Amino acid sequence: MSPQPKIALKGVMKAFGSNQVLRSVDLAVDKGSSLVVIGGSGTGKSVLLKCILGIIQPDAGEILIDGATLKNREEFLSHFGMLFQGGALFDSLPVWHNVAFRLRQGKAKLSKADAQELAIEKLRRVGLKPETAFQFPAELSGGMQKRVGLARAIASEPSVIFFDEPTTGLDPIMAGVINELIREIVVDLGATAITITHDMSSVRAIADHVAMLHAGKVRWHGPVGEIDTSGDAYVDQFINGRADGPIESVR
Amino acid sequence: MLAINYITEALASIGRSTNAMFASIGRLVLFAVSAVSHMLRAPFYPRELFAQLLKIGYFSLPVVGLTTLFTGGALALQIYAGGARFNAESVVPSIVAIGMVRELGPVLAGLMVAGRVGASIAAEIGTMKVTEQIDALTTLSTNPMKYLVVPRILAATIAMPLLVLIGNIIGILGGFLVGTLRLDFNAAAYINNTVDFMEAGDVTSGLIKAAVFGFIVALMGTYSGFHSGRGAQGVGQATTNAVVSASVLILASNYLLTELLFPT
Repeated sequence: MSPQPKIALKGVMKAFGSNQVLRSVDLAVDKGSSLVVIGGSGTGKSVLLKCILGIIQPDAGEILIDGATLKNREEFLSHFGMLFQGGALFDSLPVWHNVAFRLRQGKAKLSKADAQELAIEKLRRVGLKPETAFQFPAELSGGMQKRVGLARAIASEPSVIFFDEPTTGLDPIMAGVINELIREIVVDLGATAITITHDMSSVRAIADHVAMLHAGKVRWHGPVGEIDTSGDAYVDQFINGRADGPIESVR
Repeated sequence: MLAINYITEALASIGRSTNAMFASIGRLVLFAVSAVSHMLRAPFYPRELFAQLLKIGYFSLPVVGLTTLFTGGALALQIYAGGARFNAESVVPSIVAIGMVRELGPVLAGLMVAGRVGASIAAEIGTMKVTEQIDALTTLSTNPMKYLVVPRILAATIAMPLLVLIGNIIGILGGFLVGTLRLDFNAAAYINNTVDFMEAGDVTSGLIKAAVFGFIVALMGTYSGFHSGRGAQGVGQATTNAVVSASVLILASNYLLTELLFPT
């Protein structure tokens, strides 16, 4: 008997007006496993993540965390971290406060000194110098903002982490650095991770399993080692970046 | 047949617009109710509230002060010119004072704050929405209504009466300066006339209006920001909506409040 997945989606559907973005998505991610969801732009990858988080309510279907529907979202979010596509750092707060934001909330909040110390430690973990902690997000380059976003995502040592297009807008070297960091962090924390990306170098560096989303459904799902021999024409076209194939490209 | 089609299309268009209008009003009311309910439930963010009080109240002081100063001066000139038609120039101090504290102080301060603060709130929250900072707040176990909306609405509702109080004093000072330096009023007599004819109800009614206007400005700013469209155009449109809707609501609610506070 296979272990119960950490996150499972069953028949999840979501439409925006007449645009049916998700058409019965079924997906499962095992505990401690790293799933990468690939697919063209506008195939509903980000919507999928936001449905799991409860930021968007699906029209139909079930989302199960540890085998049960999510009743206490606050509890789930307290063990959760996310790296957003653009970093989504809070402009008005210094970097250290961005990183330790969650830990400065609630009854058990850290003191300013402890929060700064923890932020500096997390920044060091993602390869940033301590001085960065006292800068504002607008003073940082795109790559540094991504690293700060990563430090924020891991600050509370979450058991579930989502990465939304982690290498978009970065040069290939910085993208490689971020991919390595993500892999290291996921392994070190033993976290369950879902990443959405177009970037095949990210897929190969981060994934244990890969799912391809196309036309609102999971087209293919399997171990990353089998992606080149999937035998699926859609997957082949996508991973090889070919203009010709079953996936229509608008020119 | 063609005429019937045109009429049907026109009626359908009116129906769609009416539906959309009521849907918008419904969304706004739900947003306001949700914001007020979050004001009463922990967690609270006093640091955010203090920051917004500074931003909305203290930093709006120059623009409100200048507006009321010049308005008070112009009002003195107008009342003097009008009063001269029936030998009633002596009413200038009392009419300037009553006009400022009952009407012009709160309304002009409300409109200036709508332009300065309402636009800024809508642009800031709209940008946060577009750049996923609001989603990030949610994933960091922080309710955006509590963290972003409540401090701004509370701060504007508290700061506006204080702003208007100071604006009233500056507006009356504007009238005093014009009255004494330009219209040759005796300074002591001007002050006596101002104080003697003013009642506590004149001041408190203006402050009640100011609190309502502050609530409206922050509500429309946060609502427009939260419902901002994508990209620079979406944020720009949200900013325009915040200022226009707050200004119209301030003027409309001013009339209703005047009817309520000063029944004839």
